[in-house]
Amino acid sequence: MEEEFQSQYGPRWSDQRVGRLLGALVCAVVALLLALIVVVFIQGWPSFAHNGLAWFGPGGNVDEQLNVISQSAETGAGYVYTFHAWPLIWSTILIAGGSVILSLGAALFISVFLVEFAPTWMARILAPVVRFLASVPSVIYGLLGVLVLVPFIGNHLISESQKASVAGVISLTGYSLMAAVVVLTIMVAPLMVSIFTDALSSVKPGWLEGSLALGVNRWRTIWKIGVRAARPAIVAGTVLACARAIGESVMLAMLSGSTAFAPNPIDGLIFVFEPSRPLAPTIVKSSDQLSSPPAKATLFAIAAFLLFSAAIFSLTGWAARRSMNKYLAR
Amino acid sequence: MESLTRQHAQVPPPIRRLDPQDPTPAAEAAPERSTNFVAAKRSIAAPQFSIRRMEVDKVSIHYDAKEAVKSVSLPIRQGEVLALIGPSGCGKTTLLRSLNRLTELTAAAKLTGSIRLDDVDIRLIEPTLLRRRVTMVFQQPNPFPMSVFDNIAYVLREQGSRRMKKKVLEPQVHSALQRAGLFEEVKDNLKHPALKLSGGQQQRLCIARALAAEPEVLLLDEPCSALDPQSTAVIEDLIVKLREDVAVVIVTHNLQQAYRIADHVAFMYLGDLVEYNSATRLFNTPAQDRTREYVSGAFG
Amino acid sequence: MTPGGPQAQTEELPVGLPGGLTEPPQPPPTNAVEGSSTWSLLDRLGLAFCWFLGLLFCAIAAAIVIYLLIKGIQFLKPSMLVTPAAAGFTEGESGGFSDAFFGTLILGVMSLTLALPTGVAIAVWLVEYGRPKALARVTEMTVEAIAGIPSVVFALFGTVIFSSAALGFLSRTNEGVVFGRSFFAAAAMLALEALPLIVASTREGLNAIPRHVREASYGVGKTKAATTRRILLPTCRPQIATGAMLGLGRIIGDTAIIVILLGATQNFSPVEGAPFPLNYLRGAGTTLTNFVYEASPTGNLNQPDKAYAAAFVLLFIVLLLNAATDLIHSRARKAGTWSH
Repeated sequence: MEEEFQSQYGPRWSDQRVGRLLGALVCAVVALLLALIVVVFIQGWPSFAHNGLAWFGPGGNVDEQLNVISQSAETGAGYVYTFHAWPLIWSTILIAGGSVILSLGAALFISVFLVEFAPTWMARILAPVVRFLASVPSVIYGLLGVLVLVPFIGNHLISESQKASVAGVISLTGYSLMAAVVVLTIMVAPLMVSIFTDALSSVKPGWLEGSLALGVNRWRTIWKIGVRAARPAIVAGTVLACARAIGESVMLAMLSGSTAFAPNPIDGLIFVFEPSRPLAPTIVKSSDQLSSPPAKATLFAIAAFLLFSAAIFSLTGWAARRSMNKYLAR
Repeated sequence: MESLTRQHAQVPPPIRRLDPQDPTPAAEAAPERSTNFVAAKRSIAAPQFSIRRMEVDKVSIHYDAKEAVKSVSLPIRQGEVLALIGPSGCGKTTLLRSLNRLTELTAAAKLTGSIRLDDVDIRLIEPTLLRRRVTMVFQQPNPFPMSVFDNIAYVLREQGSRRMKKKVLEPQVHSALQRAGLFEEVKDNLKHPALKLSGGQQQRLCIARALAAEPEVLLLDEPCSALDPQSTAVIEDLIVKLREDVAVVIVTHNLQQAYRIADHVAFMYLGDLVEYNSATRLFNTPAQDRTREYVSGAFG
Repeated sequence: MTPGGPQAQTEELPVGLPGGLTEPPQPPPTNAVEGSSTWSLLDRLGLAFCWFLGLLFCAIAAAIVIYLLIKGIQFLKPSMLVTPAAAGFTEGESGGFSDAFFGTLILGVMSLTLALPTGVAIAVWLVEYGRPKALARVTEMTVEAIAGIPSVVFALFGTVIFSSAALGFLSRTNEGVVFGRSFFAAAAMLALEALPLIVASTREGLNAIPRHVREASYGVGKTKAATTRRILLPTCRPQIATGAMLGLGRIIGDTAIIVILLGATQNFSPVEGAPFPLNYLRGAGTTLTNFVYEASPTGNLNQPDKAYAAAFVLLFIVLLLNAATDLIHSRARKAGTWSH
């Protein structure tokens, strides 16, 4: 009976059926993302609601605020939500911004090298090296940073007089902006390199050849034509790198110093040795407080802020790519 | 048509390598027999002058084991258009690309013999300098992904090491566009993306770009094969106009085109230069059997 | 034919060398490849900087591998892989990290079994079906967004959904309060993390298959579903495998989700009263990344020697994954493909 049915009406797994099944799965994933966004914002809302715009501003010691918030659940005197995240936001901007700028430069040079100038033997070493660096778990970077880089910075780069000059405010141990930026750059740059090399090697050969045939040397050709034509991918890679940099939590929790201090560039060069703590590590560090409702709201508010920034990055990148595509598409 | 098929049936094209020393039986009879090549009247005037600029002297090019060009010698003259014709894979494009050392960019091409520009071996000239004197236009129009203006200005900017002011660039860009006959069409939207132009305009932009470098020799690699007949006609006129300013070498698949615009034609087959002759003679009374077979459409 | 000439040329033979020489020309006097010697100083400095950065990256990678190799040989004892962590004050008393090691393996398997079919299905839908267009667009954006969302955010989201009563059966439940931390919870969120990599890689593979291959299959009366299953997916197996390896690397390397969603313990804590594998999977646990994090000087355990040992094991797994990816690539390249 069933066989007859099949031969007349087509196979059991008809395209329509499979299409609908897969479509349902796809919808489920989309719904999951929407749920994530909604849940994070709803959970974080009390924190935003109590602080208003001051949430983003400076004021007070963030670590103390976090303590008061999580303990307020037990005192019975009502939840406290007062939270001014500026030092955390500032630290995120400094660390993520610094490392993305550094790795953008490094990644451009390395991908140009890899695609155009590296001799075969060098490319055969460098390409796997880049893939390897991109795949090392962040916690290993963190461990090596803590045990190798941080002591090095603390013992050799920071002079005693520098330590003494800020002794009353903060102690300089090597857990610093610098350690965080250096290691984050090593983590983020390989990601960019892999995206950039893909883009550079798929630039239409006609463009490069056209430039060479006009007597422009290979260096300028790859920068002026190749890199230019690959700009949309460069923007996309940079956006991804930004997202990764602001979202990196564990390595930064280990290296950045884990003090909610806002390094001040006005202090002079010493500020790169000052500790801080970005937003994402704050969530990991305080995750054991999740059972306290006000602390939970605060952490979700931080997560919501991260989500929002990631969205802003993608939008900016999307807009930038659109304006560049004007010259690329027919 | 009938004679053509009969000829095809009787004389299948031999695959063996052409040996000039080998007495080909039909060679003696060649001049008398006329080909089936019925072309339109050549409308271009005879060249006013011709100065020898480049000299291809016993040039052979190997790719690893494969010999793409076999001991070819040719003169290239300013005031004339030289067309290289031949079936696909006959080495004409390779020869063209070797004229400004572009073959060196693709892996293991080895060149023996010598190519001279104004009696100087081109291997003595620094490649980027050579490529400014001998510029090239490709089969597929390849304007850079920038504005029309920047496409031309690119050549000028990257030649000087100092940054050039727009005021200095402007007249040069305009004159290049004028020489390529594109200025009137694009003068109002020089800021527009070059890739938004039509195919024919793109190719003329590429010619303008090649001219902006003030070259002495212009190489064209099947410049019209990706274009419609109208754009082709415009570009052909342009090429003929250019022949007095620069020596022009064009590779083409289109025999009619070679007949229309070339003063001299070189026919290559499997890497050999089979015949080098004036266009009228090569097409109407070819000296070689194989040339006749090719231009009458027997193979290729 | 003109006698004497190297070629049959009728009109005017080109002259030989200037000065009437007939010798064949000398071998090329300059370097055949355009060198950097004629570039401007700035261009040459740039190229030098390229070399510097390239070598620096190689040096960093070499330093990481060699340093961890030395420390691993120094501190890793095979017994650590089979001894669970124990409470103790000295490094000798505190056992090994077997639970972390097996936790990593368990989580890798669990997450991948979740992420791989889902990712492949999404890619198939995007490439082969993709209607309605709007949904396809939204799906692409979703996958892109998931790739850009920090893993801590996934972790926090996980604590909310897995401590809901409806999903209580996936973790420890005490008097109606759902603990929300378990292998199930962590695996689900890690799968989400790995999803974009698998989708992207599979899509790339599917897109590389030319149209005519599909048409050949439709042409003999096969459905889209059958074509996908029998032709397309087997063809892009290397890409799917690459995606799986990349995803697995991400899963194994993640720490934030483990710390928040699997629990801050260093041992398995099986749930009582559940059948064998489920009692472990519903309970909290640990992984190598979590162990390294906690054992580092900034963590709660502070046993740097053991952290090195665990990091070495972790790095070894990552290197294995990389080698597997390379092997898949080189095999696929040898297998050849259609001409387009």
